[in-house]
Amino acid sequence: MIARASVLLAGLLLTAALAASPASAERLIVSVSNHRVTVTPNYSGEELVLFGSVEKDAQTPANRTYDLVVTVSGPRADMVTRRKERKFGIWINTDSRQFLKVPTYLALFSNRTFDAIAPPDVQRRQQLGLKNVLLTQRVGPDYADVVPDDPFRSAFVRLRTQHGLYREAQSAVTFLTPTLFRTGIPLPGEVPIGTYDVEIKLFADGALVTRTETAFEIVKVGFEQFIANAARNNGLAYGLVTAFMALMTGWMASIVFRKD
Amino acid sequence: MQLYLPIADIPVNIFLILAMGAAVGFVSGMFGIGGGFLMTPLLIFVGIAPAVAVASVASHIAASSFSGAISYWRRRSIDPILAAVLLTGGSVGTALGVWTFTQLRALGQLDLLIAVSYVILLTTVGGLMFWEGLRALLRARRGGAATARRPGSHVWIHGLPLKMRFKRSKIYLSVIPVVVIGLIIGFIGAVMGIGGGFILVPLMIYVLRVPTSTVVGTSMVLTLVTMVFATMLHAVTNHLVDAVLALILMVGGVTGAQFGARAGQKIRGEHLRLLLGLLVLSVGVRFAIELGIRPSDLFTVRETGGTG
Repeated sequence: MIARASVLLAGLLLTAALAASPASAERLIVSVSNHRVTVTPNYSGEELVLFGSVEKDAQTPANRTYDLVVTVSGPRADMVTRRKERKFGIWINTDSRQFLKVPTYLALFSNRTFDAIAPPDVQRRQQLGLKNVLLTQRVGPDYADVVPDDPFRSAFVRLRTQHGLYREAQSAVTFLTPTLFRTGIPLPGEVPIGTYDVEIKLFADGALVTRTETAFEIVKVGFEQFIANAARNNGLAYGLVTAFMALMTGWMASIVFRKD
Repeated sequence: MQLYLPIADIPVNIFLILAMGAAVGFVSGMFGIGGGFLMTPLLIFVGIAPAVAVASVASHIAASSFSGAISYWRRRSIDPILAAVLLTGGSVGTALGVWTFTQLRALGQLDLLIAVSYVILLTTVGGLMFWEGLRALLRARRGGAATARRPGSHVWIHGLPLKMRFKRSKIYLSVIPVVVIGLIIGFIGAVMGIGGGFILVPLMIYVLRVPTSTVVGTSMVLTLVTMVFATMLHAVTNHLVDAVLALILMVGGVTGAQFGARAGQKIRGEHLRLLLGLLVLSVGVRFAIELGIRPSDLFTVRETGGTG
């Protein structure tokens, strides 16, 4: 009985979700300038461009002004943040928090400040801004995100931001026409390899109107890929070749620099 | 010129890495030490992950010490028999060290233990070497003969059984202290992730009374073998050896080591010891300061895996 009720409920929700999109009257069409960023030996970061437009239809209220928030999140990984404390006269790591499956790269772009786009409760629900993004922590046996001003959380965000891996720019999205927009996605050189999800949310009058998703990937090709694969799959052969290379280099040098 | 490293996953400036390799290579060629205790912190400073730095430095030291060892061999300043006896102890010590490393990691706070042992080891060894070098220098200046090796003096080590003649070094010594020293170096090297040359050289000089002419070359042979072994071990277990990074370091390193070895031959023994003592001591003091003063950032972030 309960099972049937839940199936029914799920069905209803699904119908509601499907019905919601045509009723919202706007549609987002987006594209990234490059869906496959290739890492070659001379790779030292890149900037992608995301552009798109807001499609309206007959039901769309005229003269509606839009706000846009773009969230780019890289491959997820577990990270640990440690805090040093003075003990017995030396500074040692005492306390730590583990962040579970958090994005290794995270960027949030909008056309104006999050406060101007939506009220605080919407900002929290829609995860607008680094302080509202869900970063799951393990605190003892519990899994939770804590308040934004938690020292470990803010230190984590601050350190990632220093490396250019977490960023927030509240004027990065530009509307070229009232419905046509673009934004740059800067990728520093040390950006992790993997799949990046891009989520675009359209707001009007402080509420979410519609959203869409796209993605791009950063992959190693050619030489870089060959080395990385060899190291992972043929450890022994890779080690032997590296050791042999070391000996050859040493031997060559002693010949080149031989004086007598 | 920027180059993207395939395992470290970051772009680096080739010339910066080459220069670092050459500088450390020079020092290692001059003193007959691996230079791992200098190279690893430098790489971490440039932004390379510590695990990748430690693993790649091993192969760099192998290359450096091989080219150094060849030129010492040509000058007949390697004692092959002494090296072989040291290696028997060294291999057992390395195996013990790797086992201890695994046990300590399970207990946590391994980083602290490594930092503290760096401080204790480097300041003690560096301080002793510096002091001894200074005294020898003053003695020489006063006009007395600066004898690092006093042939007549018999310490308890010379009373041990199983004596053996090490022809090249012109010493007649029990194998027990030699094997024990090899064991200690292998153990410390594996636990701390260093070649151990800077401890081996003074131990050979002061405890075994190996003449300065063969000490550097012989210690290089030990470093070479342990580092080739370490490269293999890191490649097989952690897959973290960055061959491209290693190659750049090697090319810089072997070039530097050649010039270093030549410079080392020209400098007088006591000066060499004084300089090495000063270098080791300053690195030790730097680690001590790092532990003692309030860090600029109390927080650190590290990836613990689970990428995907």
